[in-house]
Amino acid sequence: MEAAAQVQPQRQMRRLEPAAIAGIMSREVANFRTYWKGTTFSSVLEPIVYLLAFGLGLSATLVDEVNGVPYIEFVGTGMVATAVIFSSALPAMFGTFVKHRFQNTYDAILAAPVDVEELVSAEMLWIGIRSGTYGCIPLLVTICFGLDPAPGMLLVPLFCFVTALGFAGFGVAMAATVAKIDQFNYVTALFVTPLFLVAGTFFPIEGLPQGVQVAAQFNPLHQLVELVRGGAFGFAAVDLLRFAFLVGFALLTWRVAIHQMRKRLID
Amino acid sequence: MAAIELHDAVKTFGPITAVAGLDLEVPEGICLGLLGPNGAGKSTTMRLLTGQAIADSGELRVLGHELPGEAKTARGKMGVVPQLDNLDVDVTVEDNLAIFARLYRVPDVGKAVDKALNIARLQERRRDAVDELSGGMRRRLLLARGLVHEPRLVLLDEPTVGLDPQIRTELWTLIGELKARGTTILMSTHYIEEAERLADEVAVMHEGRIISRGRPVELIDEHAGHQTAEIYGPPDRLAETRAEAESRGLAVRPAGPAIAVVGSEKADGFVPDDAVVRAASLEDVFVLLTGEEAE
Repeated sequence: MEAAAQVQPQRQMRRLEPAAIAGIMSREVANFRTYWKGTTFSSVLEPIVYLLAFGLGLSATLVDEVNGVPYIEFVGTGMVATAVIFSSALPAMFGTFVKHRFQNTYDAILAAPVDVEELVSAEMLWIGIRSGTYGCIPLLVTICFGLDPAPGMLLVPLFCFVTALGFAGFGVAMAATVAKIDQFNYVTALFVTPLFLVAGTFFPIEGLPQGVQVAAQFNPLHQLVELVRGGAFGFAAVDLLRFAFLVGFALLTWRVAIHQMRKRLID
Repeated sequence: MAAIELHDAVKTFGPITAVAGLDLEVPEGICLGLLGPNGAGKSTTMRLLTGQAIADSGELRVLGHELPGEAKTARGKMGVVPQLDNLDVDVTVEDNLAIFARLYRVPDVGKAVDKALNIARLQERRRDAVDELSGGMRRRLLLARGLVHEPRLVLLDEPTVGLDPQIRTELWTLIGELKARGTTILMSTHYIEEAERLADEVAVMHEGRIISRGRPVELIDEHAGHQTAEIYGPPDRLAETRAEAESRGLAVRPAGPAIAVVGSEKADGFVPDDAVVRAASLEDVFVLLTGEEAE
């Protein structure tokens, strides 16, 4: 046929093709170029406001130190987890829902040689990279407030990335599950807020009732907080288990997100 | 080898049967118009062909690839132009095209984007965000996006639905150029004029099945004869005329404020003197076969 210059692939396509994932991520990058300034501005300003309010405010009046760590450094290292959940779970929930229901973006992408597994993986990877980067900002801000840099901090982007992957998968799965965008209120109230509050960001979980302490061990944000503090103040052997937990969390939500999205996108 | 082969394809959504034992073959190099009223199953058929819907039963093959197992490979060789505008509105025209060139694994993305911009006649607007384009430009871009990898087969799902006449004509010109290059096209539409102008063959779809297929002139000849008489008047007169025509075995259909006696050349003097007699059309065929008013 005259029309078709045979540029299209002739081979059978496989699962999880890097070209498909890179193509979807290039779309995210193109969009990100249009809104990165606002996102970066709020990502820098928010930890400063939190550190001023909680760190300086509380440490001047109520709390001086926690477990031998100045309170501002305790909060500053914990804020990394806050930045990660709010820059991964929420964009994944709302972004996925909007792209699917209002913009019909996924219909366009799935008409190309891309499958749901690649689509979800690319979305998660992009959010993981972005959130892994923005998650480090509170740590940098805390260094400006007096925290001593430590070599272990170099691993913080990795910890943030893996945790963000998990919460991105959670967000995508939720977006594929809810019927209306209003139902994200339930998700936020039932999951996001409790996870955020019982992560050990603002106060140590050791002061909480025994049952809550046990439950907190299953909170990925708590594991992230402990890993970031390990990076700042010294790792312990148990941190390997914490990291393994986060990898497991990411793998679990990845598969759940793919399953839910397949149900939603393929009739 | 046919570009598209569907045999006894069935797709249900709960109690609703959207595609009911559909048989459809589209040879390479033709433009087939899938003409049917809303709810006939056209869009579901399109989604079956892209693997975005999985048939309950039946055999489906696109460009030699079995569906749904090889749907991804098949999608790499076909282009899809959707009914709804799903462009990335904040992103530039050329980025919209480049993203899809990458998704289609085109080796030279820059060259593919330039070619697609030429097709859409948007070279001057390549660095503008999509939300700065007019409605017509956006539709042209949507079409060009589906062609960025120069596919062998293009699925056009209601390509001009909801567009004003000027934009529709622009799109028809582009689709005509695509046809002239020999690309196989499956175009779903519920606009009679669109099917008449663009399609080499028309398949009339109703309630999930193809109920008739052929070249437009063949369909008209087979189902509507040579001429149609449109009779105007008050409702009582139209009702009486209709009853009499039907008692004579003539096909009658509503035609807005009138009734149309289809195949009126066989009416043996029945047609009133004040009737407007015209050549039978594809619209007559569509309404007779589907019982739905045409658009």
